[in-house]
Order: sequence, then structure tokens, then C-alpha cells
Amino acid sequence: MTTVINLPPSLDERTFEAVLEHLAPVPLDEKVLLDGRHTRWASPYGLTALLTVAQTRAEKPALVSPESEETGSYWARTGFFKHAEELFEMHGTTHRARASGESDVLLEITPVAKSEDVHEVVGRIQQKSASILVKELNIDAKATMGFAMTLSEACQNIVEHAGRGGWVAVQTYRWQKRLGRRVVVIAVCDAGVGFRQSLESAQGRRMSDRWDDGMALEEAVIRGVSRFRDPGRGQGLAGVRRYIGRWDGKLSVRSGTARIAIVPSWDEDVPLEEKLPPFPGAQMQITIPERITDR
Amino acid sequence: MINHIDLSTVLRRTVCDLYSDLVTRPTGAAVRDGIEKQLSELGDRSLTVIDFSHVGLLDYSCADEIVAKLLMRYADANAPRDAYFLFRGVSDSHLDAIETVLERHGLAIVAQAEDGTVVLVGTVDDPERRAWEAMLRLGRAMAVDLAREAEIEPEQVERVLGALCRRRLAMELDGGYVVVGAVT
Repeated sequence: MTTVINLPPSLDERTFEAVLEHLAPVPLDEKVLLDGRHTRWASPYGLTALLTVAQTRAEKPALVSPESEETGSYWARTGFFKHAEELFEMHGTTHRARASGESDVLLEITPVAKSEDVHEVVGRIQQKSASILVKELNIDAKATMGFAMTLSEACQNIVEHAGRGGWVAVQTYRWQKRLGRRVVVIAVCDAGVGFRQSLESAQGRRMSDRWDDGMALEEAVIRGVSRFRDPGRGQGLAGVRRYIGRWDGKLSVRSGTARIAIVPSWDEDVPLEEKLPPFPGAQMQITIPERITDR
Repeated sequence: MINHIDLSTVLRRTVCDLYSDLVTRPTGAAVRDGIEKQLSELGDRSLTVIDFSHVGLLDYSCADEIVAKLLMRYADANAPRDAYFLFRGVSDSHLDAIETVLERHGLAIVAQAEDGTVVLVGTVDDPERRAWEAMLRLGRAMAVDLAREAEIEPEQVERVLGALCRRRLAMELDGGYVVVGAVT
């Protein structure tokens, strides 16, 4: 039996929850077909999370690619199909990448499993991001290094804690609906052990009565707690928080059944969501908006 | 003896000859090992310039592995040798990562700007900062002179100077005290 799950027209961090809701009751060894024919747009989070879904399934899932040529072309530009072909049984139109002025892929979807991958990602993003961050997002030239640092730390979260490889992607686009500004978005998704299990593996750690995914996220993201006893650990996510605070950005991290967010004034997200459909690993999104300057 | 360590060279030699960014903990740990190997070839007492000039990016994890852990090891009572460090070629973006990890551990370093001036970076209390700045103004100085210059009670000054030396921010030299970096 195959369970068909329709992908939403706009596949992003919020709408992906609907996919997970439909996916949650389906046994891991049961076939699923993700139908993306009517999907018109996908964020880096949506695409990396799709690949992550495939990693969680025991039975290779099927994916129907978008019918829209424009959408398919963008997905191709992000490198999505290259990885999807290995993880999914692909159906539907085969798309090729075409140039577009509306969105810029700063970093194609890239697998991250080891320290060397982080070096590769950081090297590539520095070459491409500097001029775009400065010219299009009005972000101080000095901040481009901070951006690469943030990306490095987000990726290292996979290497250090996930226990299996994940995905990273970076893109800029105009976020018309919510902001009317351009944004740069980093998505880092893995299907590893997740924050709760990672913290539980800390030697001698005592869990409180209310120990769950939400609390694990609070500990790791807000308080900088790590599974390692080394007091220097946990600085990566603290650094990410500091960077997004400085540039009025947003950080959200989903793990297991909870999602935590550092919410800037331009957004109306909630700080903590619990009892979400379960999903392995950790999924992180960092959004830095264009800076409004007096001209 | 003053030793010079170019971190980009250590990075290429110990990790990968194509890298110019100091990112990830394993990279930081490997570079610190490389530094310690060089230190082990020096005498019991040494001043080493740790040069970031040719380093691209430094992330928090690497800053913690290289700067914080190096300092903690040599500021410890069981340190393998009496080693002091002067940090050179530190850019604003390097500084962001370095300051963060120093604050986390309550550490401080002496950094040298392009014009040769030296500054304290990190966590230093007020008497320590006054004593250090007095030392910088006076050059090599005796405790009694530093107490007067820094306006620190004479009975306090030995403790403050001891802390600065233990923290690798100053060193005893010919019976006096001198700021790390003032002797290069």
C-alpha cells in the first residue's frame, strides 16, 4: 500500500508541518508518495526537509516533481534533484536549471556529515555571499564574516550531534508577504538523534520531571547546554543567537515534537511550540532580513 | 626567546593545505596540537606570537579550541612550561569569536595591533587592568612603582601582579614585571 501525501503549493517551514502531520501515522516501512505537482514555491527549509524525510523512511519514498517549469527550474538550481534522485523514486517532469533574477541560490543544497564538509560550505559561501549581503541586503561588509561563522556553527551542529549526515542550503529572495524586503535564509536539516537524545547522552546528566523535546531545545538553544562536559561547548548556537540578534534576524529550531524560535519584532511566530508531529533529528532555519537604511 | 607561529601555516600543515579558514572543533584541536608541538621544542620559558594575519574566518568552536584551551592549559598550575602568548593579526571578525570564548571562560589575551600597540582583550577586573596599563606606561617596573602608578594598595599589588602573570598577560623579568608583548 502506498500513502499519497500532497505537498502544499508553498512549501516552507510552516507548511511543512502539514506534510509531517500526514506522514506521522504512516509506518516507516510503508511506501509514501510525496506529490509535488502543484507546488509552486519552496524555501531552502522545505527542500532540505524533503530530503530529510526521505532519509527517515525504511522504504524508499516516491516524489512527483512540480509541474511548473519555473518551480522545477528553481529546484534544479538549488541542486535538489541531484540529491533527490538518490533518495526518492522520482516521477513527473525532469527539470533543468534556468537563470532567474528573483531568487539567488547562495549555496546549493549540500550534504554535511563531517568537518571537511563544513570547510567546503564556508569556503563557498564566502565567495558568493559577500557582495549580495552588502549590495542587496544592506548588511555591513564586516557582517559577512559573521554570516559565514553562523553558517559554520549551524552545520557543525550536524557533525557534532546528529550522528548522521544532514543538509544545508542558503538562498536570498524577496519575502513579499510578510516583510516586503529581501531576506537571506539558511536551512540546516538532519534526521539524526535530535536535541533531546543528544543531551540525554551526556554522562551523569539528571533529567527533570518535565524532560521533553521542548525542554531539550530550551536547554540547548537558549541556555547553551551541550552533551559534552567541556565548558567551552554550546557556544556555537549562542553565537548564532548573537548574530541574529545583531541583524534583527530570526532563528527557529525544530526537534522531535517541539520547535523553538527567537522571534524578531517583524514576525509573529510563537517562541515555543510543542506536541508537533514527531520528526527525527533537528531542523534549523535562520532568516536575516534586508536592512532598511535612510537613503 | 620569541617564537612566531603563523596559524595559516599550522592549519595547512596539520589539517589540509587548501584551507584558509579556522572552522570546526576538530580543525581547532589539530591546530592547537600543532602549536603545542612547536612549544615543546622551545625552552622552559618562551614568548610566542600567534599570528592570525593570513587566517580567513575564525568561528567560535575553533576560537575555543585554539585560543581558550591553549590559554587554559598554560595558565594552569600544572602547565608543561612557562609559555606566554601575544596574538597578532587579529581582525574584527576574529575578535568577535575570540572575545566570546574568552568571556565564556573568564580569560584574557594580549593582542597586538598593526601599529604595534598592545591591548587587553577579554575578562579582566579593574585592579588587573589598572596594573597592566601602568606596566605598559612604565615599561619593566617593580611592584612598588606599579602600585603607585596604578593606585593600588601596596599590600594588594603582589596579588594583582601574580594574577596577571598567571593569566599570561604579564611576565616577571629581571626582578620586575613587564607586559607581554612589550618585550618583542
